[in-house]
Amino acid sequence: MSTAGHETAANAPTAGEYIVHHLTQWNTSGHAQKNVIDFSIINIDTMIFSILIGALGLFVMWRVARSVTSGVPGRLQAAVEIVLEMVNDQAKGIVHSAESRKFVGPLALTVFVWIFLMNAMDLLPVDLLPMLWQLVTGNEHAYMRVVATADLNATLGMSVGVLLVCLYYNVKIKGVSGWVHELFTAPFGSHPLLYPLNFAMQIIEFLAKTISHGMRLFGNMYAGELIFMLIALMGAAWSVSATGVSLFIGHVLAGSAWAIFHILIVTLQAFIFMMLTLVYIGQAHEAH
Amino acid sequence: MNLNATLFAQLVVFFILAWVTMQFIWPPIVKALDERAKKIADGLAAAERGKHDLALATKRSTESLREGKEKAAELIANAEKRAAQVIEEAKVAAKAEADRIVAGAQAEIDQEAVRAKEQLREQVSALVVAGAEKILRREINAQAHADILATIKQDL
Repeated sequence: MSTAGHETAANAPTAGEYIVHHLTQWNTSGHAQKNVIDFSIINIDTMIFSILIGALGLFVMWRVARSVTSGVPGRLQAAVEIVLEMVNDQAKGIVHSAESRKFVGPLALTVFVWIFLMNAMDLLPVDLLPMLWQLVTGNEHAYMRVVATADLNATLGMSVGVLLVCLYYNVKIKGVSGWVHELFTAPFGSHPLLYPLNFAMQIIEFLAKTISHGMRLFGNMYAGELIFMLIALMGAAWSVSATGVSLFIGHVLAGSAWAIFHILIVTLQAFIFMMLTLVYIGQAHEAH
Repeated sequence: MNLNATLFAQLVVFFILAWVTMQFIWPPIVKALDERAKKIADGLAAAERGKHDLALATKRSTESLREGKEKAAELIANAEKRAAQVIEEAKVAAKAEADRIVAGAQAEIDQEAVRAKEQLREQVSALVVAGAEKILRREINAQAHADILATIKQDL
């Protein structure tokens, strides 16, 4: 996690510049996004890494699925089976419709594997891929972020996807009239005076679910990435002095500790996102 | 943390990946898992059945063994009984035969004795008659006193 190549003597970035640079997406506008919301821009790095990683995860599972046997499984098959079985068990416990599970099960598996792999990109040295990219392009200010789940667009994109699935199952299971009825009568009860309040609560519930769903994953990965950068700053400040050497040692110790702890966060956040996906879809199946 | 169109792109990617999983990955693996679960269940059931069959067979063989022993014992008992009976019958038959032979011999002896007596009587009477004839040659007419002579012969 050295930043040596980044620091030329002439224009060594300050710690603030370093972090801001690392937290800026490579996008289609050619420069850092200026407005908070600008739908004319797409983050190229997020798309590349999320699609590549998703394709890789699915490819490995597809390879297993193609040669799957009900006899003695190989190691890879056993590993994929363990994950699939775990997801399937959770799905069975939460979504009680076997028909829905034909889609919800694969969806939850995709969510878990995809997010797990994208989160795991956090464990690569924070400067490795960005520096390589800067070498390849020859532009030492080229932006690149490798952890797609540390981009709010990616996580909100997925949580909105889950919201759409929830809306679909609400309509499919309860019918349009049943769902509209629920929108206006739950949670406080069926009374004309309560209709606006119920509807407002329902809208808030959907919004809160979706935003917290996406924000939770984003926040965890963003914070994790930020801490890796702060640790990297320690190592970058090393010199041949007592302070410098202890900073270097601090980098190694803190970096190792945080990386090990991050294995837990990577897995846990993928699991939480998957479980919430299942819970929200399960709720869409249940009448209030 | 800026929002932009990546959100929608990611949404589309999300559904494409989920669709791929649903089409090509999930069904074959779940099928294999179900098959394996069934195989294991069948295997366990077969083992259970085998155990049950073994228990039954053991019970049956024990029973047959016991039956066989019983039958053998019965046969031996029957044979012993029959042997005793045969011996008894033979004894009875032998005794009867002996009795018959003894009786036959007795009868023969009796017959012989009667015959001997008869002969003796004939001879004695002939002797008596001859003696009496000799003694009474003159006075006794054999024809006239034949009945007396016959009576004497009878009494002898």
